[in-house]
Amino acid sequence: MEEERMSAPLRYIERARTYFSELGYTTEYRWPHFTDVPFTALKKPLSDCCITIVTTSFVEEKSEENVSKESEIVLAGDVYEIDSRVKACDLFCRHEGYDSYATNVDDVDSFLPVSRLHESVAEGRIGSVAPFFYNAFSTYSKKRTEQVDGPAVLKGCEENGVDAAILTGI
Amino acid sequence: MGCAKDIVEHCGVPRLLFTDFPLGNPCGEPFKAEQQKTLLSMALDLLESARAPRTTVQTPFIWPHGDQWKETFMTKEHPFLDEKGMQLWLQAKGALKAEKAANR
Repeated sequence: MEEERMSAPLRYIERARTYFSELGYTTEYRWPHFTDVPFTALKKPLSDCCITIVTTSFVEEKSEENVSKESEIVLAGDVYEIDSRVKACDLFCRHEGYDSYATNVDDVDSFLPVSRLHESVAEGRIGSVAPFFYNAFSTYSKKRTEQVDGPAVLKGCEENGVDAAILTGI
Repeated sequence: MGCAKDIVEHCGVPRLLFTDFPLGNPCGEPFKAEQQKTLLSMALDLLESARAPRTTVQTPFIWPHGDQWKETFMTKEHPFLDEKGMQLWLQAKGALKAEKAANR
C-alpha cells in the first residue's frame, strides 16, 4: 500500500489576498502580527487545572429564539458566555467562514471540544471545566480585540478561576 | 487548536496545535470522537510541554477525502462566502466601521 503523504499546508494569507483582489477590493487586509508573544507555563499539574474554551466560532445554544433570529444576526458584537454544562448536541454554529465545499460544522465537537473536555475531567486528565466558555467575534479589529474583547475574556476567566484556555476558531 | 497555520503563526500565539484540515474542523473530523479525543489530548500535552511562545505541533492526521480542497478553497470555483454570507460579512464590516467612527 502506498504511504499517504502530507501536502504543504494551504497558504491562507496569500490565497485571501488573491481572492479579494480579484473581487475588486483594493485595500489589502493586514493580519495582526506581534513580535512579542506572551507565554506562561502551567503553574500546577494539569490534573488540578480549570480549563475553558475561547472561540470565534459563533456558537450558540439551540433555542427557538436563537434559531429563528437568523435575519437579525451580524457578525460583530460583544464577547458572550456559553454555559459549559450545555451538551455539544444542544449547540449550533452560525459562522459561515468555513470550507463548506469540503466539510461541515454539524458536529460542534469538531471545532469546540466540549464533550472531549468533559471526558478529560472524568479521566482525571484535567481538574475541571470552567463554568463558561467565551465567544468573541472575528470583527477584523486588532484594536477592539486588544482593548475590549481580550480584557472581557480575561475578566471572565479570572472571576471563574480559569487556569488555562483552549482557543479555537472555525 | 487551528487549521490556518500561516495566519496563526503570522499573528503569534503561545502554542498552536495545527491539524491540516479544511477550515471548520480544527478539533477533528465531524463525528469522529476517537480522533477528536486524540487531538484534544495532544493540545493538553502541548499545554504542559511547551517551553516558549510560538511553539507549533502538527498532528499526524490527513484529511480523508483528499487534498483537492487546498486548490479550490477561496477561488471563483469555491467562493469563500455565498451571497447571504457575503451580505452578513459586509454588514459586520459596516458595524465595525460605525463603531470606529463613534469612538473617534
